[in-house]
Amino acid sequence: MLDVKAGDEQSFTLLLHRYRSPLINFLYRMVRNREQAEDLAQEVFLRVYRAREEYVPSAKFTTWLFRIATNLALNSVRDNRYQRMEISLDAPVTADTEDGDEKTMDVAEKHPNIEQRLIEETRKKMIRHAIEKLPEKQRAAVLLHKYQELDYGEISKILECSESALKSLLFRAYETLRVELAPLVARQAKQ
Amino acid sequence: MSCSRMESKILGYVDGRLKESERLEMEKHVSTCAACRVRVNEFRTVNVLLDELPMIEPSAAFDIRLHARVAAEPAKQSWWAWSMPAPRVAFAAAMLAVAMAWVGSRMPNDPLSADDIDKINQNLPVLENYDVISDFSPLSDLSQQAPDDDPSDSNQSQQM
Repeated sequence: MLDVKAGDEQSFTLLLHRYRSPLINFLYRMVRNREQAEDLAQEVFLRVYRAREEYVPSAKFTTWLFRIATNLALNSVRDNRYQRMEISLDAPVTADTEDGDEKTMDVAEKHPNIEQRLIEETRKKMIRHAIEKLPEKQRAAVLLHKYQELDYGEISKILECSESALKSLLFRAYETLRVELAPLVARQAKQ
Repeated sequence: MSCSRMESKILGYVDGRLKESERLEMEKHVSTCAACRVRVNEFRTVNVLLDELPMIEPSAAFDIRLHARVAAEPAKQSWWAWSMPAPRVAFAAAMLAVAMAWVGSRMPNDPLSADDIDKINQNLPVLENYDVISDFSPLSDLSQQAPDDDPSDSNQSQQM
């Protein structure tokens, strides 16, 4: 980011290539709409670009990046601006997934058996649904913890709370997930 | 360690983010508490299940769109740039300066001297008469009619 600040356009492209996929996936899981997730990701990168000259490396770049992304996502979810366009992750497979963007298709191809494929699909639906049902802040905490693998310090800065409050938030979120996914958890325990 | 205190550590224990001393403390508790052992296992399972959530790939147009938007961003200007006028404003200001200089060059540089003013005052009646005469319509009519007069009339009058 310091190279970007120094005016190196190539470094901005490198940042984009490194962070666009995790950022889009984070936003996708937050707002539950692919187009909106990409729009928000564009906005995040534009804000990074605009603020490049004022950037001070007081925190990790990922913390700064995901703080912008989280604020945009939380505002977007709360504003409910895109409610009209909202497409549930449970929605039937459409152009969104038909283009092979989701790895669900790959998994299905590995299990040509229809019954097996249905089981896999049901499992994924349950997991998506359990995450969707979490309150926004808990959802953001789980996504940053589980998929971005950020440490507690970073996540607490992003969500603007203390580390102890974050641990409590995460514990409540995982407890909810444990209850929501109880049938899968029990099945997994038997195997 | 109590079961309630374990709640704040269980996630760190499951994903291996605890300090060594905390981890050992947790293991000691879990080995003696069946309820917490079950919960730890269930948290581990939830953690594994979350790995199954599919990822999406950015659309092909994402980079193109973003680069276009970045290119459309106005370039950052230093304070020096702010002190420099825009080209059109600079051109207009230059043209105005040239026009003022031209008008200034056509105006008399020296004010009237006292002698000039005296001369004007002396000739003022003549100038006033000139103003009256030059705008006196009967005279202007006369001057227009003069060429039409018959020269024989003048001869007759001389004879008379």
